[in-house]
Amino acid sequence: MGKLKVKIDNKLIEVEQGTTILEAAKKLSVEIPTLCYMNLGDMNIEHKPGGCRICVVEVEGRRNLAPSCATDCHDGMEVKTHSIRVLNARRTVLELMLSDHPFDCLICAKSGNCDLQSTAIKLGIREIQYQGEKSTYKPDLSPAILRDMDKCIMCRRCEKMCNEVQTVGVLSGIYRGFEAVVAPAFERDLDHSECTYCGQCVAVCPTAALTEVDHTNQVLRALADPSKTVVVQTAPAVRAALGEEFGMEPGTLVTGKMVAALRQLEFDYVFDTDFAADLTIMEEGAEILGRLNRHLSGDKSVKLPILTSCCPGWVSFFEHHFTDLLDVPSTARSPQQMFGAIAKTYFADKIQKNRKDIVVVSIMPCVAKKYECTREEFSVDGNPDVDFSISTRELANLIKRANIDFNKLPDEEFDAPMGESTGAGVIFGTTGGVIEAATRSAYEMHTGKTLEKVDFDQLRGWEGIRQATVDFDGFQLKIGIAHGLGNARKLLDDVRSGKSEFHAIEIMACPGGCIGGGGQPLHHGNSAILKARQKAIYREDANKPLRKSHENPSIIKLYEEFLGKPLGEKAHKLLHTKYFRRGNIICIEPDVREAESI
Amino acid sequence: MSAIKIRLKENDLQQLKDVCRSFNNQEGELINVLHKAQGIFGYLPAEVQEVIARELEVSVARVYGVVTFYSFFTMVPRGRFPISVCTGTACYVRGAEKVLDEFKRLIKVPVGETTPDGKFSIAGLRCVGACGLAPVVLVGDKTYGRVAPDGVKKILKEYDDK
Repeated sequence: MGKLKVKIDNKLIEVEQGTTILEAAKKLSVEIPTLCYMNLGDMNIEHKPGGCRICVVEVEGRRNLAPSCATDCHDGMEVKTHSIRVLNARRTVLELMLSDHPFDCLICAKSGNCDLQSTAIKLGIREIQYQGEKSTYKPDLSPAILRDMDKCIMCRRCEKMCNEVQTVGVLSGIYRGFEAVVAPAFERDLDHSECTYCGQCVAVCPTAALTEVDHTNQVLRALADPSKTVVVQTAPAVRAALGEEFGMEPGTLVTGKMVAALRQLEFDYVFDTDFAADLTIMEEGAEILGRLNRHLSGDKSVKLPILTSCCPGWVSFFEHHFTDLLDVPSTARSPQQMFGAIAKTYFADKIQKNRKDIVVVSIMPCVAKKYECTREEFSVDGNPDVDFSISTRELANLIKRANIDFNKLPDEEFDAPMGESTGAGVIFGTTGGVIEAATRSAYEMHTGKTLEKVDFDQLRGWEGIRQATVDFDGFQLKIGIAHGLGNARKLLDDVRSGKSEFHAIEIMACPGGCIGGGGQPLHHGNSAILKARQKAIYREDANKPLRKSHENPSIIKLYEEFLGKPLGEKAHKLLHTKYFRRGNIICIEPDVREAESI
Repeated sequence: MSAIKIRLKENDLQQLKDVCRSFNNQEGELINVLHKAQGIFGYLPAEVQEVIARELEVSVARVYGVVTFYSFFTMVPRGRFPISVCTGTACYVRGAEKVLDEFKRLIKVPVGETTPDGKFSIAGLRCVGACGLAPVVLVGDKTYGRVAPDGVKKILKEYDDK
């Protein structure tokens, strides 16, 4: 195919066949405004329903205006992106949209970060000429996600993520015309749907129709309560993204500044979820080796592959959709929950406090973690192991509220003992990281040899499904990796049908892993940001003096002083969990007529 | 995140599965399957949609999306005598709206709903292709032409003992 010559705003460009006007314009640095359009190129996620009509342009010789996101270029095409006809149409479309949208921007959770607001600013809207009925819906408050459909503009990005990328299938467009809205089946609330709280809908929502449930005020109240000792843990992916909220380049590592900020916020102990990630490896690694050895010695009751279990979105997903495979995933709790359990036992003893006087706050790149910490099995006598989970975005907000000049903070170190971690704990934040961390430790435990090269490049990357073989001193360990629940489903289908040849599989619910989590600073459709965060995570790992979980001195001490050994009785009680069937159940009732005739 | 129990009679479940199978359980046949199912049950309750979703391997949200999109599909059981008043252009200009209002007034339910005794339900309809008889009313399979508001009472009377 030859190249096409296209003229956009009087600038000439040559493009490949199949290039849209929007893409061609971008190459000329002409930024046509869009609303419903979304393109996460590196992850093959493209959404161009052509529904919002904000991106319309004038094409010479064409009667009507063309949506540039969904119109391919043709040879000799002449396009105007800002003629008076286009500007008027774009303004009318946006005014109509705004006429059915609340005007509470001043107090809206997305103010300053809203695509609708920024488009209104870009188009210079100063009045709305249309007045009429407004859509009103009951807000839907779940443990993790708040749905406020008054603010929905029907871009349907959330549907794309929920159905096609994640294959969770909770959200769908319902009704038609003015009544049209996105909702779960039968307009049930999210808590009564199969929602996994992965938060990918929140990550792509252009407005505040879908946001995380805000727990910042509860955290502030706990911090202000003198009777409480407030302990904070920070997930690996947070340090690779938090800087973005303060104008730093994506991929800037802000570990030290983050610790300093948390201390200024007056958390009593600033700890690291990476510590608990190392602990997870001790338990999960031992479990993988245990299952593997029994399987290899011919024990047919042992199921392989073993699946990772640190991602709560993924756990909910298999509890809903793969209820026949509940015995396949590792029983190890997630790092967030391991941290909570240890903080309110081992650490509580150390500082001689009652668990009820300790408040554990987690900073997570995730919204599903909010749900996870409310799960009943993670509490003792109604006191949860983790009290509040807040997102990276919420932490940024707390820092801003406390008048902290984040960019000028000095680098500080985490507190001991639960702030000590290895590089293996850090890489939990990206796809491929958990299994790489497990491999580093499992290799040494299995072979008894020292691993010279700890970087497993074959486990790293961006493809949605990856596979690799690692040589365990003659034994070939087959590893599968999936990120994004749609990809996970493919691997799970193979496990179910017995086709899977893997020994171990790592799954993360969000595309990219935790770095692309639903609680991270919004990427606004720029997947290069996610790649920069991944690089930062590997950089942090490479700079750590210790890079294998089982070498973490605080972890070794924790086992010596408190836990005993991995998979031991105490470890089992505090660090492992069980899974529940959650899918909707079809109950068959005997047919009345038949029953009567008997 | 509690699981919801969907109760369905064994006979109904089998019938539904047969309908899905007759369309080879194909996702693309969703509208046809819903059409057939509504023919059998008279409406499409949540349970029926859950089963269809499972059989065709589509999300139940998607099924509900289709059911709510098309005005033909209903989640409310229709009456034994479903009343349809044509509000197509010809019927409308000849006073169909007044006829519809009179039906609503007499059976005391709004459009899209069913009387508490399950006898009548009422729906609007767009053109049955009998414009020469406008305004047209259908009760069950029976067609009434040139209906005037004061003739509505007489039509309903026909169903007094049924």
